[in-house]
Amino acid sequence: MTEEVDKSRRQFLTAATVATGAVGAVFAATPFVLSWQPSVRARALGAPIEVDISKLESGAMITVQWRKQPVWIVHRTREMLEQLPRNTEQLKDPQSEDSDQPDYARNEARARKPDYLVLIGTCTHLGCLPKSRFQMGVGEGGPNWPGGWFCVCHGSRFDMAGRVFKESPASLNLRVPPYDYVNDTTVIVGVDQAPVKGAA
Amino acid sequence: MAANGGRFAALSRWFDERFPGHKLIREHVSEYYAPKNFNFWYYFGSLALVVLVIQIVSGIFLAMSYTPSDTEAFQSIEYIMREVEWGWLIRYLHSTGASAFFVVIYLHMFRALLYGSYKYPRELVWIIGMLIYVALMAEGFFGYVLPWGNMSYWGAQVIVSLFSAIPGIGDGLAEWIRGDYSISDITLNRFFALHVVAVPLLLVFLVVAHILALHEVGSNNPDGVEIKERKNPDGTPLDGIPFHPYYTYKDLVGTGVFLILFCGIVFFEPTFGGLFLEHPNFEPANPLNTPEHIAPVWYFTPYYAILRAVPDKLAGALLMGFAILVFFFLPWLDRCKVKSIRYRGWVYKAFLTAFAVSFLALMYLGLQPAQGIYVTFARIFTVIYFAFFLLMPIYTRYEKTKTVPDRVTFHAHA
Repeated sequence: MTEEVDKSRRQFLTAATVATGAVGAVFAATPFVLSWQPSVRARALGAPIEVDISKLESGAMITVQWRKQPVWIVHRTREMLEQLPRNTEQLKDPQSEDSDQPDYARNEARARKPDYLVLIGTCTHLGCLPKSRFQMGVGEGGPNWPGGWFCVCHGSRFDMAGRVFKESPASLNLRVPPYDYVNDTTVIVGVDQAPVKGAA
Repeated sequence: MAANGGRFAALSRWFDERFPGHKLIREHVSEYYAPKNFNFWYYFGSLALVVLVIQIVSGIFLAMSYTPSDTEAFQSIEYIMREVEWGWLIRYLHSTGASAFFVVIYLHMFRALLYGSYKYPRELVWIIGMLIYVALMAEGFFGYVLPWGNMSYWGAQVIVSLFSAIPGIGDGLAEWIRGDYSISDITLNRFFALHVVAVPLLLVFLVVAHILALHEVGSNNPDGVEIKERKNPDGTPLDGIPFHPYYTYKDLVGTGVFLILFCGIVFFEPTFGGLFLEHPNFEPANPLNTPEHIAPVWYFTPYYAILRAVPDKLAGALLMGFAILVFFFLPWLDRCKVKSIRYRGWVYKAFLTAFAVSFLALMYLGLQPAQGIYVTFARIFTVIYFAFFLLMPIYTRYEKTKTVPDRVTFHAHA
């Protein structure tokens, strides 16, 4: 046995111990980090909801809650729909290329059927609830206001398809949740395809 | 008596052989030599410690009556205010303490800007101090959510949404922080755990580190002269005096004056006109109704004004983060050798004044709605805010300074 310290051996053992310890630390931290994900209960409470839209009059909006977020369902009038193409120039993302919506809502009306608009009612800027300002030329938007939503928190503005106007702090259009028609008067929010009745 | 003293001395020795109690007191209090020329600006360090104690004590007692639950939190605050004996006092001490903490910390930080206390050899003192400031902001934010008023709810919504601005992982990250698809009972409970356990532990640890680092290098002073460079034959600094009794008594007077003002607010104007406790927060949280105008508590508003000055979510969030981060680099941005503003040139004085004005202006603008002229002014002051930091390497390099004296200036009171 030599009296001298084998430095390279010591270095190797130190590095190997540190590396093993680091891997162990990552494994030990994993359950704590993952415990912050939405719990099984939170996910269950976020299940899809069915909404009866038979009593929704033309030009009116109802707010329902899905995953504790407000979801707006608007029965748009013909004027509202006719105004949409005229807004194009003033919008940040008129074709909804960067925005968040299911493929079937990636169109000008941002809907499965143009008459009914389904949106998540939280501002894409910082999550406030924009106020509905459907009447043209009235409210914060001034005399040229084409109708839509106005967020009082930071001044973002959206048109009647939830598309964001330029000069808004929000960069993206309002989100469209996954939804489908169970029948002509019932919408299901939270899934892309309504479950077939009786199929269980 | 002599026998008694003898017995006490023996007991004291018994402890000293087993625990460095006297040694710690000597090193950090009775034989810690601080410059003899401290002025008014040097009250705020010890006052921050006083407020920390107020917050910890009042917080422990509040936690005994508070219920972290989305259905009961708001009511439990009303319970504390109306039914718990002296609960109103304990809560107002805690809510006023939160604002007092930031008043004291902002003045403490401004002192560092005035006298160059962030410079060599105190860079780590400054960086640890900045970590305390960031931890304190987290603590303030989590605490603000707990009463579960409508502003608590929407404030949390806005702040957590900031993380969703990060491309790619943003939405998942925000969901992970909330533990739910929107701010909920789950979020409230984890914020409570962070507010009463995790962040206070971190704060206390950082405060100890801040003081240890300070005592390692020694305190700066209004002249920015290193007192350790000139020493008595016994090795103590010529211009130094023991922290105790000199500064313990000075700070005791400061604490007295502070507590008079503090109690005045607690007793007569605890909401401080809606600045310390915002009016919409006297309504319970309502996920379906945003307050007409969301503004954070006053101590966050400078950054909030910067966030809103940018018409893009990611850029706004990044600029806001950068506005805080840039403070950390101050020791290396400032190229001037002279520490104290007393001997620095007019350029730094002008920039520091412009920065202080901008900070206060942004504080005001962050409380106003994000419309018209307010946004324009917020943009102007944001530019000045960053100019102070980013142009610093240039304007401090060519600064014309005065001669720094060898010894601190001190006029004994006749």
